[in-house]
Parts: sequence; C-alpha cells; structure tokens
Amino acid sequence: MGRYALRRLVIVVPTVIGISMLAFAIAHAAPGDPALERFRRAENRSPTPAELAAERRALHLDDPLVHQYTRWVDGALHGDLGRSLTTGREVAGELGDRLPATVELAVAAALLAMLFAVPAGVLAALRQNRIGDHVLRLVSLATASLPSFWLALLLIDVFAVRLSWAPVGGRAGWASVVLPAVAVAAGPAAVLARFTRAAVLDTLGEDYVRAARAKGLREVGVVMRHGLRTSLVPLLTAAGTAVGHLLAGTVIVERIFRWPGMGDLAVDAILARDYPTIQGVVLLTGLTFALVNLVVDLSYSAVDPRVRLDASPRRA
Amino acid sequence: MSRLEVAAAAQSLPALADDLHTGRPAWSRLLRDPTAVAGLVVVVLLAVAALLAPWLAPHDPDSVDVVNKLTGPHRAHPLGTDELGRDVLSRVLFAGRVSLATTFVVAAAISLIGLVVGALAGFRGGLTDATVSRLVDVMMSLPSFLLALAVTAALGPGLGHVLLAATVTWWATYARVVRAAVLVERERPYVEAARALGTSERRILVRHVLPNVVGPLMVLTTLELGGVLLGLTAFSFLGLGVQQPTPEWGAMLSDGRSYLSTAPHLLLAPGGCIFLVVLGCNLFGDGLRDALDPRGRIRR
Repeated sequence: MGRYALRRLVIVVPTVIGISMLAFAIAHAAPGDPALERFRRAENRSPTPAELAAERRALHLDDPLVHQYTRWVDGALHGDLGRSLTTGREVAGELGDRLPATVELAVAAALLAMLFAVPAGVLAALRQNRIGDHVLRLVSLATASLPSFWLALLLIDVFAVRLSWAPVGGRAGWASVVLPAVAVAAGPAAVLARFTRAAVLDTLGEDYVRAARAKGLREVGVVMRHGLRTSLVPLLTAAGTAVGHLLAGTVIVERIFRWPGMGDLAVDAILARDYPTIQGVVLLTGLTFALVNLVVDLSYSAVDPRVRLDASPRRA
Repeated sequence: MSRLEVAAAAQSLPALADDLHTGRPAWSRLLRDPTAVAGLVVVVLLAVAALLAPWLAPHDPDSVDVVNKLTGPHRAHPLGTDELGRDVLSRVLFAGRVSLATTFVVAAAISLIGLVVGALAGFRGGLTDATVSRLVDVMMSLPSFLLALAVTAALGPGLGHVLLAATVTWWATYARVVRAAVLVERERPYVEAARALGTSERRILVRHVLPNVVGPLMVLTTLELGGVLLGLTAFSFLGLGVQQPTPEWGAMLSDGRSYLSTAPHLLLAPGGCIFLVVLGCNLFGDGLRDALDPRGRIRR
C-alpha cells in the first residue's frame, strides 16, 4: 500500500505543474496588455507612457516569464491569487465564498446520481438481455443525450414556473438545490448506470461467483457479497471521471439557476475578461479534479488488494 | 457519447482493427440493429434539413416583426415566433447549419490532430512518445469542457475563439487511442515484411500502419460527435460562442430562457434538435461498436 501510494503521488506532480502552468498561461496568452487593461479599469482613462511603465513594473510584467511564473506560484501557495479586475476583491476570498455552494451542488448531484444509477445498473445486469435491460439501455442513452442546459430549463418550466414546487433560482434552503442537482446529475447518472451494469456482469462471470453459487449461497448473497464488492473498482473509476462531468455540468447549471458557485463566477469572469479570477477558478478546479482522481486511485487498493501489485492502476 | 464511455471503449479499440477488415458482416450487423439505423436516420434527416434551410425555411430567419412577437405555433409560424417576431422554424433550420457545421469541423479537426500526433508518438517512440504522452495526461487531467473554457477565457468570447479552443483541447483522447492502436500494429508481421523489403519508415507508417488505425479512429469520432455538439452548443448557450443575431441552437435556448413563463415554445425546438442529434449519434455509435465487436470485448 505504502509503495503504491507513493508511486501514485509522484505521478500527480507533473499533472499539478501542468495545471498551474495552464492557469498561469491564461493571462499571458490573452490578447492585449494586462497593465494597460488594469490601469484603464482602475482609473477609467488611458495611462500616459510613464504611468504604463510604472504599472508594468508594479505587475512585474518586464521580468522573465519564468520569474513571473515562480512568483505567481509562490503567491498561490500562500493563498494570494491577486485581485479581481472587476470587483477589486481578493480572488482567493471570492473563491472561498463560492466554493461551498459548488461543493453543495456537486455533492447533492453525486448522491442523486449514485442513488439511481447503482440500483438501476445492478437490476439491468441481473436481467441481462431481457426487457428491463433494454429499457435501461434506451433510457440511459436518452438521458446522456440531454443537454444539461435544456434539461435545466425544462425543469424550471415544469417544476418551478407551472407547479411552483421549487424556486426558480438562487440558493436558499434544501428545496433550491433539488432542481439544479437533478440537472447536473442526469448525464453522469446515465453513464454510471451503464458502467454498473457492465461491472456487475463482468464480476458475475468470474469463477469465485460460480463457486459461491455452487456452495449454495442465496442469489442475493452472491450479488451483494461477491458481485458488488469487486464491481467497486471499475465503479470507483467511473465515479472519479463522473466528478469531472459534475464539475463541468455545474458551470452551466449554476448559470441557469443563478446558483452562486464557482461556475457562475467563472462565466462572469470570462465575459468580463477578469483574468486573475479565471486563473483562480482554473487552478482550484484542476486541483480538485486531480485530488479526486488521486483519492479514487488510492481507494482501489483498499477495495481490491490485487491493484497494489500492479504498477499501473486500471483506468477506464 | 460521454468521454467516460469513450475512454472505456478506447481500451480495447486496437483489437478492433482486425474485425474492421471483414467489412461486410459488420455492415449487415449494423443495418439489422433497428436503434442504430434509427439514430443514423435522425441525424441524416436533421443534417439534410439544415443543409436545405434556404429552400425549406418558410421565412427569412432574421426578418423582425415586432407586432407578432412571442406568438405560439399557428399556421403562418408552425413553431411560433421569438421575442423579435422572427419565425422560430426558420431560425431552427438555419441554426442547424451553424451548430452542425461547427460540430463536424471540430470533430474532423480533432480526429486529424489525434491521428497525426498519436501516430507519430506510437510509431517513433522515445522522446516524442514521452512528450506526447505527458501532454495528453495533463490535458485529460482536466474535464474537457473546462479545459476548452479555460482556453476560451484566454482568447476571449467569440465563435472563432471557441472553435479554436475546442480544437486545441479536445484531441487528447484521439491521440491516446491512435497511439495505442499504432503500438499494436507496428509489431505485426506485415510491418516486419515491409521493413525487410527495404520500405522507408515513413512509407511504412503512412501506407501500411495508418490504414489499419483509421477504423478504430472512425468509431471513436462517431462516439464523440454528440459530445462535441453538446460542448459547442453549451458555449453558445453561455454567450461565449456564436453571437447575436446569428441563429444557433445553444444561442436560441439562451435567448428563449428570458421568456420561459410566457413563451415556453421557444425552448422546445432548439433543445429538441440538440437532443435528437446527440441521441442519434449515440444510438448509431453504440450500434457501430456492437456491430464491430459482436463478442462484447468493448464494454457496453
């Protein structure tokens, strides 16, 4: 376990460096001069050449790129991500305010997705090639094909506008999280259900499952004790990648439901070309995703001891 | 098709190359799969309708008629009118041209980049392979939509920028699949035979290895087509891609959402079109994979 964990931790280093370089590069790949941009927004007029030069010095824009990058990383490590170009607030503070809302939505959506997907997938596997299995295939394909923004609008139309069962938007109490969570969860749930089906079918074909049946275990016991446990490994991978879908889904869904999370912040920042904020969102989201996948990979070895012996964890 | 399923399918795609040579049985299996055929028919019908938009559309998609704004479906406007009194049916047809054309262009571009980069990495090995593989790892360590969003952020909003962002960020899966397929192919006896005959490395790659890799790549491209459309329409929905007044499915939904309570008909047509095309691609892709892989080596 220790050596496997260590090896997995080493692999994550280039990923984290890559994410930080991407976040850093966003502001520098952007057309236009950041110093000019900042001055114009702060003073509402164009700077004189001397003022522009001073601004460039203040932002360290004349330093070599490598120095700028290390300075930025150093700041980020100390929680300093600069100030928003639009509000003047500390980006780190703004992210701290927004993060809980996104986590709440993502966790609610993840729970919802698993609540539906895992039982549906197991049932479909047990009824392989029968009517229930075919229905699940079509339903999951259709659900996976729904654009999350369309689903969100339809949910608002039916459940908020017509039936008034839930608020149209905003974040106030548990009722407000239901509709956005459903919109975010639908796609990942569909994928997860099909993965569960495949994973359980795989396991049910294994020798030890036949052995468990042969020794007279009841079918429920076989499926729950032997089938599901080994199915957990591919399922964990699926769950890890599903978190990526969830994060991407929250960007659009937050926007529609006026959910005050990071996705909503990101779109506002992009439209306003607020680069420090964009950098902060990209960095935080990328690191979150990398961390989730790290935890997923490490948890394999807890579930399935065979993984520890293998140099490269199975990735679906 | 989701990136997740594609990744799973990709695992065993190299093995597919064998089955693809058989050609005929795969096609007949595919044509006997009703859901796959239905998916293909839906996509083709919508694509043809979009292509023929100038002849099929009952009205000019941009002609404004404020007197008859936000009317529900009736004879003159089968799908009603929008907030400026423009004919929704005509706009949906013209929007399909933009949405589908951008989807096909991006899908073709990322497949091609994936083919070239993946083939070079797999065939050359060494430093090229190591560099490409690390780059692909980092690219796939962020959700693809967010990666494209980050690049769009740097470039600024606009359809051209979104297409560029999608193209430079979405090829990683393809490169990984092609590389894996090339790694398998280059060890095969026919490559050795070609080499023994004195064929140049370049010619071996282009004339012998690549044709055997194109099959799996096409399966992947079909599976990903729906995802590309979903991603691109999402950008337009967020106001980052297509700008007013160009009709595009995602942008139409974005415009229509302000009139949710008074004119819900604005949501049905553009959203339904995206849904049908994505569903069609997924059904066809699913069938294609099953037809090429009847023993179920590729996970469903």
